[in-house]
Amino acid sequence: MMDMMRSQTTRKNYRALGGALATAMATALTVTVTVLTVFASPALAATESKMQMTPFKASLKDTPSMQRGAKLFVNYCLSCHSAKFMRYNRMAEDLHIPPALVEKHMLFAAEKIGDPMETTMPADAAEEWFGVAPPDLSLIARLRGPEWLYNYFLTFYLDDNSPSGWNNVVFENVAMPHAMHELQGLQRAVFKTETAADGTQREVLERFEITSPGKMSVAEYRQAAADLTNFLVYLGEPAKLVRIEYGIWVMLFMLVFAGLAYMLKKEYWRDVE
Amino acid sequence: MSLMNWIDRRFPATKVFKEHLSEYYAPKNFNFWYFFGSLAIVMLVLQIVTGVLLAMNYKPDADSAFASVEYIMRDVWGGWFVRYMHSTGASFFFIVIYLHMFRGLLYGSYRNPRELIWIFGMVIYIAMMATAFFGYLLPWGQMSYWGAQVIVNLFDTIPWIGPPLAEWIRGDYVISDITLNRFYALHYLVPFLLAGLVFLHIVALHKVGSNNPDGVEIKRGPKGNRWDANAPADGVPFHPYYTVKDTLGMVVFLAAFFAVVFFMPEMGGYFLEQPNFEPANPLKTPEHIAPVWYFTPYYAILRAVPSFAGTQVWGVLAMFAALVVFFLLPWLDRSSVASMRYKGWMSKLALGIFALSFLALGYLGTRPPTPQLTLLAQVFTLLYFAYFFLMPFYSQLEKTKPVPERLSQ
Amino acid sequence: MTDKTPDSRAPGNAVDRRRRRLLTAATTGMGLAGTAGMLVPFAGSMLPSEKAKAAGAPVAVDISALAPGKQITVEWRGKPVWIIGRSAEELDFLASMAEILADPDSDAAQQPAYARNRYRSIKREVLVLVGICTHLGCSPKFRPALTADADGAFLCACHGSRFDLAGRVYRNVPAPTNLVVPPHRYLSDSVILIGEHPETA
Repeated sequence: MMDMMRSQTTRKNYRALGGALATAMATALTVTVTVLTVFASPALAATESKMQMTPFKASLKDTPSMQRGAKLFVNYCLSCHSAKFMRYNRMAEDLHIPPALVEKHMLFAAEKIGDPMETTMPADAAEEWFGVAPPDLSLIARLRGPEWLYNYFLTFYLDDNSPSGWNNVVFENVAMPHAMHELQGLQRAVFKTETAADGTQREVLERFEITSPGKMSVAEYRQAAADLTNFLVYLGEPAKLVRIEYGIWVMLFMLVFAGLAYMLKKEYWRDVE
Repeated sequence: MSLMNWIDRRFPATKVFKEHLSEYYAPKNFNFWYFFGSLAIVMLVLQIVTGVLLAMNYKPDADSAFASVEYIMRDVWGGWFVRYMHSTGASFFFIVIYLHMFRGLLYGSYRNPRELIWIFGMVIYIAMMATAFFGYLLPWGQMSYWGAQVIVNLFDTIPWIGPPLAEWIRGDYVISDITLNRFYALHYLVPFLLAGLVFLHIVALHKVGSNNPDGVEIKRGPKGNRWDANAPADGVPFHPYYTVKDTLGMVVFLAAFFAVVFFMPEMGGYFLEQPNFEPANPLKTPEHIAPVWYFTPYYAILRAVPSFAGTQVWGVLAMFAALVVFFLLPWLDRSSVASMRYKGWMSKLALGIFALSFLALGYLGTRPPTPQLTLLAQVFTLLYFAYFFLMPFYSQLEKTKPVPERLSQ
Repeated sequence: MTDKTPDSRAPGNAVDRRRRRLLTAATTGMGLAGTAGMLVPFAGSMLPSEKAKAAGAPVAVDISALAPGKQITVEWRGKPVWIIGRSAEELDFLASMAEILADPDSDAAQQPAYARNRYRSIKREVLVLVGICTHLGCSPKFRPALTADADGAFLCACHGSRFDLAGRVYRNVPAPTNLVVPPHRYLSDSVILIGEHPETA
């Protein structure tokens, strides 16, 4: 009898202990979630940039834009960079460029239209000239994202402190000179110092000063940058041209399938419910 | 049917069909959480089929691995579909397994007499993690390379045997062509072992019968239902009732799966990470490396534990302990009831906190470490382990609700 | 699927077997259609890839320098393809070979329809052949002399198969059929494209 009573009180005490532990756990959880929401977010936004990116959304529906981008790519990029995972004939087919046109105007570094887009420049020579071998661009849009690329094309500026004479706002100390400067023209960047609320100072872009205009107007060059970006997005994943459309058909199929499976299930489970 | 007779005299086809499908009586009250077992089998099959097709075009060679993946994506007819199914499938397989495991925690599916089912399941989970880890190196992108580098270096921290062990795993002093070659061999092998383990998992399950949301053993209840006078009264034949139900679950699940495959195969950088679109470069580490999302809870635990006594091994130990502790679950749960439906508020709270901790650790594992985030990871690591190690106390001491004799509906 | 539900035990809840059969058939049908749809790209991934197609793309050959008795060898789909010039004398000679040949009229489908003639070619004086023996795949040797002798115009060194100057196989040699004429067409008088049929064909 005594034993039982004692064990009952012990149980009660333990129960209280367990309750206290659980309450402690819950409190800890609440505190940590609060800390997470209060402190974590600013810590994550710490990646600094010298400018606000101009928003850009790539379009794979704009075939003429991608065609113009392809032309720019072959004329201005392909001499140093390869796109070795892309075949000319695939590009011709996907972007509705007549193969004869591709053969006539684009096959600089290839013999046949079925060849991949290699560069004429030997990698070791390129490394000697630029310090780094120009990377293959097949996947550059998937690596950098369209918005970054678009801004990158727009923000080259003359910089006397850089070995090539060029610099770029979104890609600081870039090794590459501005390949399309004859189109955009030459510009200098004007930076200003900004003081944040906590007293830290940083340099941000104020504006560009065009020192010598190029073959294109500002608006035309922006369009060219957009065209080239659209093309690079296509280049990164040619399958994207078709997969969304296939996806819609698959979803419709699954919807009908799910409807039938639901009716079948209901029908059989009438036995049970 | 004479063909069936001919087969049955030589192979127990009909017998197996009856025992495991048409006359296997499963509790009639399976809910949403019970879809994920059959879905896991669907995922395993899809991963093996797409994996074999990818293997026909993939080259396990440091010079050509990256290019061969892009070859599959561009030059192989339908290759992008097979590849996205496989990469998306890996993540979906883990989603399914995590929900399947949560079901086990929720309804006490690991308890007597189902300890072995649980243990086989945990071995399957670990084999899956190994397969995923080997597979993640194969695209030979920057994330593949540096992720593998970091994980294999974990073994390096083990005193004495660590450094030679890490070299033995890599077959080299860093991750290299040699490592890629053997990881490919293992990535192909382990899924077949996994299929064998799944077989054992199901054999053990069918020996004792399925648990259910009430945690009531239908075999101990009254006998006789509309299909069989000796079958458990609360059971229904798996076929056709659960085959049609699981078909519905599978179709809905596959719709979500294909939505990702076709509309967002990168899943915002969680299923396919951006740095992995750059070929592996042993001389340049990406700014921030994190394992794929399904490893990040453990990665967060690893980073949460500080090094002391001159070694970092404690984090590694904590990470492995976080896995091993699952094995002990059948013996940590001392409650008189199986299902969360009848457990007390402490168990409910503890499970809720555990699930939140797991998710929070998963999130923290994807972020670059800062002092605040590390502190958070430490708190969640403690909560993670508290769920297990306090279970013998709270599960025994809390007030439980009375369990009905039969299924509640 | 056998329906074992005994209606008698479920009074007032009669099973509509027709509806069940119909729904089962429809769902199974959808499942099979879906699986088939998925298997198309799966099986398709084993077809020759764009890389294989590019490597096996048609080859344009300049034949302006081709003279009777001369041979140009190019690679197409990994196989040697011969372009051989023939003189009027040699072409006349082909008519007299029938008795010693196994298939003088090219009955076996070893050539496209447009090359199924006595000369086995589009233009009489230009012979295009896949240079692989139809026996076990060795590459026979071309002997440019006018040859009615027992060795033939092409002799396979591996097992002694012989062919005449139209690639037709001799009787009583190991090779069973004539040499293959690949698809080809003339882009101009002096350029042959190996690997594509004439546009009108």
